[in-house]
Amino acid sequence: MKVLKIATAGSVDDGKSTLIGRILYDTKSLTDDKLEAIEEKSRQRGFDYLDFSLATDGLVAEREQGITIDVAHIYFSTRKKSFIIADTPGHIEYTRNMVTGASTAQASIVLIDARNGVVEQTYRHFFINNLLRIKDVVIAINKMDLVDFSEEKYNQIKGEIEYLASKSEYKNQNLTFIPLSALQGDNVVNKSENTPWYNGETLMHHLERLDADDINEVSQVRFPVQTVIRPKTDEYHDFRGYAGKIYGGDFEIGDEVAVLPSQTKSKIKSIHFFDKEFAKAKNGSSVTITLEDNVNVSRGDMLVKVAEEPTITKELNATICWMDKEPLQASQKYYIKHGVNDAQAKITQLSSIIKTDFSGKTDNPSELELNQIGDIQLKLSKPLSVDAFNKNKSNGSFILINPKTNNTVGVGFIR
Amino acid sequence: MNQRTIQVDALESEAIYIFREVVAQFEKPVLLFSGGKDSITLVRLAQKAFFPAKIPFPLMHIDTGHNFPETIEFRDRLAKELGVKLIVRNVQDNIDSGRVKEETGRYASRNMLQTETLLDAIEEFGFDACIGGARRDEEKARAKERIFSVRDDFGQWDEKNQRPEVFDMLNGKIDLGQNVRVFPISNWTELDVWSYIEQENIEIPSIYFAHTRKTFVRDGMIWSADDAVVYRDEEEKVEERMVRFRTVGDMSCTAAVLSEAVDIAKVVEEIRDSSISERGARIDDKRSEAAMEKRKQQGYF
Repeated sequence: MKVLKIATAGSVDDGKSTLIGRILYDTKSLTDDKLEAIEEKSRQRGFDYLDFSLATDGLVAEREQGITIDVAHIYFSTRKKSFIIADTPGHIEYTRNMVTGASTAQASIVLIDARNGVVEQTYRHFFINNLLRIKDVVIAINKMDLVDFSEEKYNQIKGEIEYLASKSEYKNQNLTFIPLSALQGDNVVNKSENTPWYNGETLMHHLERLDADDINEVSQVRFPVQTVIRPKTDEYHDFRGYAGKIYGGDFEIGDEVAVLPSQTKSKIKSIHFFDKEFAKAKNGSSVTITLEDNVNVSRGDMLVKVAEEPTITKELNATICWMDKEPLQASQKYYIKHGVNDAQAKITQLSSIIKTDFSGKTDNPSELELNQIGDIQLKLSKPLSVDAFNKNKSNGSFILINPKTNNTVGVGFIR
Repeated sequence: MNQRTIQVDALESEAIYIFREVVAQFEKPVLLFSGGKDSITLVRLAQKAFFPAKIPFPLMHIDTGHNFPETIEFRDRLAKELGVKLIVRNVQDNIDSGRVKEETGRYASRNMLQTETLLDAIEEFGFDACIGGARRDEEKARAKERIFSVRDDFGQWDEKNQRPEVFDMLNGKIDLGQNVRVFPISNWTELDVWSYIEQENIEIPSIYFAHTRKTFVRDGMIWSADDAVVYRDEEEKVEERMVRFRTVGDMSCTAAVLSEAVDIAKVVEEIRDSSISERGARIDDKRSEAAMEKRKQQGYF
């Protein structure tokens, strides 16, 4: 069965954790012991309803404050599909954790509190979904029970989001609007009688229908070498296999390949997976490949098909989402991790800060602060083999690591 | 030559990718092996990641001294068959030397004491990456865990300040003294693990299958009465029941479940229909709302 990875986003108190709890409850995915624990805790806290956020807010600090701080990964299945939901924080301080959760998602749910409409965090979440090129985005207009299930209110919010979408440069996104009440269960799993004016599907019905394709839409095959396998046993004395995961396309025996960055040419001799050999390996497979010629290949090198080569470069233009308290400043040095490859990187220019309401850019800022998104230029200590992010997500993204703290401080999208 | 096309299941491919990142990024990795189904699954995935080479790191078991004998026998045999080094460190040694104090009474367990022995062993061998079989679906604090989870030199997890982990780029850079806990099967569910064991025909210890055992009931849970380490009041009546174990922890905190599942296909079926979560039978999680989070902050898995 295919797995659909979904991320949630929304402002504080928009009800993300409650929505997930409601989905788990209405799809009967909560086991008896977990449900009993939620009932017990809700009673203890004096609530006259079940506090479903208790199912997902796994940290003490989250339960104390009633907010989600870090991503929780929730797993459940219906008869039609398996799901992984990344329940991500809404608080602006934890935007980086939202990016963490959303980076591997195939679909995203943006929650909006019907009473408040589109707020600053909505812009940010909508923008990040666009930046990450998430194809299917559900705009869940929540707490409809608190606005008397007003069709007018729903249409007003829908219009505002459609206006935002019209300004985004990512045009392949599918937007779906659903009015719901996570607390009461309207249009989550079961169709609501309170919204007779809404002809669309329930949230779960919609999610069950979505295709769970790979996050790469279309691209050419990329094989970054993770490690070289040399058993040096009697049986496999001369075995030299390149272990890695295939991104974006397929490889078969006999394919002419280029080893990057050296651009040495060879042919695929064999494809191994555990104790078996295969003629062809598909996108997403972690395999071991041998080549016909005894060429020099090491970790960080990349095998690609001849004539499908990416750009080999020591300079990058990228959009970056900054995730560290210490701001990014031009002329600073970082480690760059591009897939499994490492290099040193110097920020040569911080060109602009991008406003997340699509209203433009601030040019030549002095620094980029936590949770801001900007355009930068980088100089690299060695050449990397890269694609643009909109061509190949895995080969078009990178992270920056602060050499002093070893922390991951930014995620970049190559333009 | 097999002409088939390989398209490895996404979860298996992800786990293999993670194993290879560990070996490429760290000097001294170790696989924490309890003899349970999750760590047995890890061993198979590690074999696949590096074949035809051998698994390039040792296995380590933190033995509480209260493990099921079936598990210990299985552990030793598996390590021998794989030709992989097995390190065993015993909680009993720390109890004997007075470094840790054993609990007493009806809920006494050595589970918490493992942390100290684990941290000692990490320091003794200088391990910088400890691979474990924890899954995010097990427990709500574990649902928050990164795949590469940095621990400081006290083994502590700073749950409020975790590194962002985007796409599948894993940042293994650490300072001397820190270590990374690595969870290759983070995204697997209990059912995924059982289905994989069935599909791969992997051998597991016999206690996972239904068998007749002397048991008693306390707080609605079924405990093994065969083993002297499980505290039992005299009025707690021993009866023979057909049971199996869903997790393999320390005997003193792992309860059995009534079961008729005598083979792997029946186990998979039973898990699919179960209305109780896996850790519902673990008394160590029931100590408080935050039992797992607190243990993890102190260096537990």
